[in-house]
Amino acid sequence: MGLILAILVQGLQMVLVLALAPGLVGFTRKVKARLLRRRGPSILQPYRDLLRLVRKEAVLADNASWLFRNAPYLIFATTWVAAALVPTFAAGLHFSWAADLIAITALLGSARFFLALAGMDIGTAFGGIGSSREMLFATLAEPAMIMIVFTVALVAGSTQLSTVAEFMVDHGTLRVSLGLALIGLIIVALTENARVPVDNPATHLELTMVHEAMVLEYSGRHLAVIELAAALKLLLYISLIACIFTPWGIARQDDGLLGMTLGVVTWVGKLAVGGFLMVVFETAIAKMRVFRVPEFVGGALMLGFLGTLLLFVSRSF
Amino acid sequence: MPIVAALLSIAGLAGVAVAAPILVARRVNWATPAVYGASLAFAAVLLLSGLLALLGGSAFQGNVHLPIGLPWIGAHFALDPLGAAFLVIVDFGAVVASFYAIGYGAHEEEPGRVLPFYPAFLAGMNLVVLSADAFGFLVAWEFMSLSSWALVMAHHHDAENRRAGYVYLLMASFGTLMLLLAFGLLAGPDGGYAFASIRAAGHAPWLSGLVLVLMLLGAGSKAGLVPLHVWLPLAHPAAPSHVSALMSGVMTKVAVYGFIRVVFDLAGEPAWWWAVVVLILGAGSAVLGVLHAVLQRDLKRLLAYSTVENVGIVFIGLGLGLAFKTNDMAGAAALAVTAAIFHAFNHSLFKSLLFFGAGNVLTGAGERDIEKLGGLVHRMPETAYLFLGGCLAISALPPLNGFVSEWLILQAILISPDLPQWALRFLIPASGAMLALAAALAAACFVRAFGITFLSRPRSPAAETAREVGRWQIRAMYALLAVCLVAGIFPGPFLDALSPVSQMLVGGAMPKQPLLPHLAIIPISESRSSYSGFLVFFFILMANWAAIRVIHNFASRAVRRAPPWDCGFPDASPATQYTADSFAQPVRRVFGPIAFRAKVSQTMPPPGDLAPARLTLSLRDLIWEFIYEPLEGAVLYAAERLNVLQFLTIRSYLSLVFAALVLLLVLVATWA
Repeated sequence: MGLILAILVQGLQMVLVLALAPGLVGFTRKVKARLLRRRGPSILQPYRDLLRLVRKEAVLADNASWLFRNAPYLIFATTWVAAALVPTFAAGLHFSWAADLIAITALLGSARFFLALAGMDIGTAFGGIGSSREMLFATLAEPAMIMIVFTVALVAGSTQLSTVAEFMVDHGTLRVSLGLALIGLIIVALTENARVPVDNPATHLELTMVHEAMVLEYSGRHLAVIELAAALKLLLYISLIACIFTPWGIARQDDGLLGMTLGVVTWVGKLAVGGFLMVVFETAIAKMRVFRVPEFVGGALMLGFLGTLLLFVSRSF
Repeated sequence: MPIVAALLSIAGLAGVAVAAPILVARRVNWATPAVYGASLAFAAVLLLSGLLALLGGSAFQGNVHLPIGLPWIGAHFALDPLGAAFLVIVDFGAVVASFYAIGYGAHEEEPGRVLPFYPAFLAGMNLVVLSADAFGFLVAWEFMSLSSWALVMAHHHDAENRRAGYVYLLMASFGTLMLLLAFGLLAGPDGGYAFASIRAAGHAPWLSGLVLVLMLLGAGSKAGLVPLHVWLPLAHPAAPSHVSALMSGVMTKVAVYGFIRVVFDLAGEPAWWWAVVVLILGAGSAVLGVLHAVLQRDLKRLLAYSTVENVGIVFIGLGLGLAFKTNDMAGAAALAVTAAIFHAFNHSLFKSLLFFGAGNVLTGAGERDIEKLGGLVHRMPETAYLFLGGCLAISALPPLNGFVSEWLILQAILISPDLPQWALRFLIPASGAMLALAAALAAACFVRAFGITFLSRPRSPAAETAREVGRWQIRAMYALLAVCLVAGIFPGPFLDALSPVSQMLVGGAMPKQPLLPHLAIIPISESRSSYSGFLVFFFILMANWAAIRVIHNFASRAVRRAPPWDCGFPDASPATQYTADSFAQPVRRVFGPIAFRAKVSQTMPPPGDLAPARLTLSLRDLIWEFIYEPLEGAVLYAAERLNVLQFLTIRSYLSLVFAALVLLLVLVATWA
């Protein structure tokens, strides 16, 4: 009985992240429009877009290979699995021991690997430029992420996210190292999700674009799956920040239905606040030139490294 | 007794090496399959003996003492857990490479230059792993070096290959000299050359330290540690591809074996500064190796540089192991050492796979320069698929095996704040950052390698008319990919198999990996961290399948083919694509100024002038410039000075001999 319940909760999490991800994107777009004094499309617009794209036929370039056709599903699958392993509304999920935070980072790395390859498949200049720059950003963002994981893991004594969340609820205090990790993680999240100072999610036909350049050749259901994966990634990062730094309200293993409901409500609240803050930040700042980005992400790497180093010096930082 | 079977198989390999030139000289047309088939059979026996000795426990291990070699020493051979583990690594690679070569060797233009040396090379590598005395070890080591040198020189008409062979020969002799000195120190004045007596004798700390330095120079130069790696990217690509795979995937592991054997097993108690040296060299090799790899245009050279990176990762693991061992943290040391050896195994798998892929590209398209390739995924679909698997594994992406070993090393780093030495506490997080940086750069490197070679549009007629290779090559690669996948999703049994090795080296073992309930691996304890490759793989598969099912059943599955979109301006010329150099440009621009002192200069003619604009890029190999060029200069200078000695009279020579004799006698007199 307990096992079935645990699997049910895990399944609920997988369905919830999938269902809420486009809503989060719609919400951020709405807030952004309001901040720019536009009315903006409905929050439900991303759902409608996905439905429209899924129903359309897929147009493939003449020389597209099997990799190009399969990559969207692989990208989606790895991102979804990664998102399913982050504790969102409940800690101690049944399968959370299957992968720790390092593995989640690496799963997102797999998704990026396929996305970058898909960008190169057709052999157009845009795809190549997008892949090349995406991989450049990743060469700094990934080590930064690992150093942040180190910082968090040294504080909490575990790289398992559920354990980290429970530790933070019970023993979380203000720490210098965690502050550094938070700033670093926000920078990594902005980079990985192609948000404003790094990339512009609303742009097309511009040489500075990265993520959109890679998926330029996609259409129809393939594009829909990739967009959904991108939305999942955004949700994953906000949930991740929430789970490590503001884990309050997260349901425990033995919490009943009430705890779970409370967990879901607080989680949705956290997503809304996180998305809102991100959009406020985005509206307040201008996009960087491409070769400024390595300095920006390198900053995250330095912060993560500093956090880890402080903890190697003394566990009390 | 597995060891007897192993020794007999080595003798068999030597026999094949002797028989091969006869077959070639008689122009027997089945010479190639016969030699590789026989090598495969003997390597398979060696593989089985290694597996038996590793998994079967002490009943299948043992020593043999043969009355050959130096009269008062004889030849000692031993099969212990460490030797068995590396015997498995060596011979799995050898079996698959021989299988591959049955097909690949048919394309060889001068089989007489490859066939005799190939089994000799295999015999040499196996003999290094089995030797249990310094003399036998050194002879086997030199045998391995020379036979592989002969294979590097197989295509000697190319001036570049001759130079590679020359540099390799120099570095190999230097390495053997260092090993000779190391074993001389260990054996001491009494000449106890057998490993058992070296182990039994106590060694002074300064002596052990000196041995470590000599081993880093000797075994490190063979393994490809920066700054001794210079020969590796020259020599590995020069050999035929199945030999490249063996040199990069397996011979570097034999060097790692030599290092572990001496430093962990023979040299006595480590001091904490050993870990500092090993970690610095490992981290430096990891990052510099992959930075070089990102910029390479030659596919095989790119893979060779990536070997430097992976050897660096193995040495990071070994350095962590030393750090924990000096501080009596047996569990942590076991984790680090197991991770290092597991990574060595994994690297032997995917590096062989990738070199085989490069060999297929070379046969199919006749080209190694990735700037002239492209679009091979259509012409060589199976090679592309298999090469992609290798790229995923080497980029440390789950659920394949490269990720598991790097994950374990990262977990070992997370235990190290408990170490008492401050230098280590600062150094270990830094090497962790270097490891993460190397892994991320490796992903960029292999996206580039795969994307430029196999995806996009063909950049030359050679790529346009490429043809898929034969079934032997493809099947060998499937075998490697299968083991990569199995080691990635069921790493538990592999780690369990290595526990006698870590027990022997550091006196501890990782916790027994539970088969049930979750097939997860646990480095230290369940609450700290766990990873289940199987579940991750299963979830990815299910999510992928569900997404495809749902979309195809409930939405559209219509497909239309059309010209590429490319923002409305597609250009038919393949020259408009991203090239390998342009793909690497951002990485070069960010890391190049530090690592290579990269400089880009443009000359733009004034308006109206019809002269072409020029863009020149200069990259400097700082290690070559600051270590090898001064060394070369010094050697030349000394040689010129000493040239005088060549033209002396007989009286002067006699007085020189006399003076040398007196000097030596004085030295001996004062020593005693």
